[in-house]
Amino acid sequence: MESFRKNQGVFWILAGPGSLWLLFFFLVPLGIVWILSFGEKAVIDGKVSITETEITWTLANYVRALADPVYLVIMWKSAWISALATTLCLIIAYPVAFVIAFASPRWRPWLLLAVILPFWINLLIRTYALIAVFRIRGYVNFTLEWTYDSLWLDRLFGPFEPLELLYNDFAVVAGLVYVFMPFMVLPLFASIERLDRSMLEASLDLGASQMATFLRVTVPLTMPGIISGVILVFIPCLGSFLTADLLGGTNATMIGNVIERQFKAANDWPFGAALSFLLMYVTFGALALRALLSRDAGMRT
Amino acid sequence: MKTYSPKFRPNRRSLLGGAATLAGMSFLPRGTMAAEERKLNFYNWDTYIGETTLDDFNAATGIEVKMDLFADNDELFAKLREGNPGYDLIVPTNDYVERMLVAGMLLPLDHDKIPNMSNLGANFRDASYDPGLKHSIPYMWGTIGVGYNAKRTGDITKSWKHLYDSDQFAGKISLLGDGPNVLGHAMKYLGNSLNSTNVADIKAAEELLIAQKRNIKVFADDNGQDLLVSGEVVIAQEWNGDILQVMAEDDDLSFYVPDEGGLIWQDCLCMPKGAPHPENAHAFINFILDADAGAAIADYIQYATPNEAARAKLGSEYNENPAIFPPDETVAKCEFQLYLGEEHVKNVNDAWTRVQAA
Repeated sequence: MESFRKNQGVFWILAGPGSLWLLFFFLVPLGIVWILSFGEKAVIDGKVSITETEITWTLANYVRALADPVYLVIMWKSAWISALATTLCLIIAYPVAFVIAFASPRWRPWLLLAVILPFWINLLIRTYALIAVFRIRGYVNFTLEWTYDSLWLDRLFGPFEPLELLYNDFAVVAGLVYVFMPFMVLPLFASIERLDRSMLEASLDLGASQMATFLRVTVPLTMPGIISGVILVFIPCLGSFLTADLLGGTNATMIGNVIERQFKAANDWPFGAALSFLLMYVTFGALALRALLSRDAGMRT
Repeated sequence: MKTYSPKFRPNRRSLLGGAATLAGMSFLPRGTMAAEERKLNFYNWDTYIGETTLDDFNAATGIEVKMDLFADNDELFAKLREGNPGYDLIVPTNDYVERMLVAGMLLPLDHDKIPNMSNLGANFRDASYDPGLKHSIPYMWGTIGVGYNAKRTGDITKSWKHLYDSDQFAGKISLLGDGPNVLGHAMKYLGNSLNSTNVADIKAAEELLIAQKRNIKVFADDNGQDLLVSGEVVIAQEWNGDILQVMAEDDDLSFYVPDEGGLIWQDCLCMPKGAPHPENAHAFINFILDADAGAAIADYIQYATPNEAARAKLGSEYNENPAIFPPDETVAKCEFQLYLGEEHVKNVNDAWTRVQAA
């Protein structure tokens, strides 16, 4: 730190590009959307304009979003679906991250590569691929039917009835888990890899069961990874709209879909902006709450 | 598949005439007119042009067409809303032509530079959404109707009832994912205009849909035809052209426009404000209205063309296909979707949000 004080030039050269990038491509656009959320469609010559927005610092957009229960209902449902997807990600990713962290150094890069491999394919294409897997004449149903027929169950119970796996909440949650899994595995892997294994040995040597060791030593020590993973999965889930659009049924609408519709079909950017910011306030609220809780927990120990 | 070799001869006189009227045009600074580069930026729907149309146009005029694709009118509108990113020619549907006209986003067309306009059928030389076709030229038209798997549904009456008000095909129904259309057809089924701005009519349509929701499998964005082919649904609300494309692959599939009438649409060629190559855009519109070029496009994409000269070049398989050209008495009951102001857009979209959340 002392050397940075002396060499302020070096400091600014190193920090400059990143800060400027954040300023122009994150803070400025975000600020514009924030300002937009206090606007309304301009009235020109007595007619509501289609393209012009006037910033009147009205709170009407926020009032509209909070007064009509439909938006809170959808927001609540989105939070619920995102929470379910995040929990499933955590349950599935934890053992995967463990296996990768404890694998031999020769295998580890390959296993990590397998986790991030799906990123090489566009999200849209991966979601369409899921349709081919889940649909009535899809691979899941083909496999089940083949098993069913091979066991001669069709002679006992009649022909195989394909499962309806698509266009319901199950499909949305499955799609979200599939898409966001790597965001859970990677931070978990990073914290499990740094785990001091002598702690685990000590716990076991001192008579704790495997289960107790896991719950009382491993989980607390990898908590930073769990928290990062949960945040990295939950927040994008909350804002996603493509998965619900393509895999969801008639009531799978998430808040992301409603926001998208305000910017496109409804052509109501100020209201869309207000909804996005409400979502962001909720997210910030959740993060602040977490920080508060962990500080309390920190004080107690 | 027939192949066409469009014989487009650039007409010397029309080119000279074009150059003469050019000087009188007010929407471009004079300096740029003399040397318009041989390029055209075309913003079109996917699979919505002939297989060789762009190359043929290039061979005939030396103008190189760069084509970008949009998925729906909302995307087109959102992209142009904050200013034209450089497109010369766009293909909005009639209600968006109207919306863009109201918003002042379109340039007027010079009919003198489009002599092939004489190939347009009598019904297409004027339009309620753009009186005198001052800003738009009809490109293709069609309907929204019902695609169904006749083998699994059996013979059914030509009605919206099967989709909107019946549990006969419960769990095997898909409707479009576009709220205004879905609600508009519900209003049509209930005996109202699909353009009704009456709040009570919109409410009735909303309630009909909420009651029917448990029987509907999915509001499909633009893939009702795929759902039919894959057996996911047996009856689907779709654009006629989409169903036609899969009818060619699967003999069990069929299409009707309900007797109650439905939506009729026209996609139009328009020049957005700020188009850098207006001359070339006129030349391209004229080329598309040519009999051979128009026939090649219509034959390839299987939509109904307003170009009579092009229709005359195509056989009965195209001209007498009821899924492309529904019976006149059905067409008479169909309506264009109108642009009815921002308040109506909000009412319909709010109703749609409530349907989805219910």
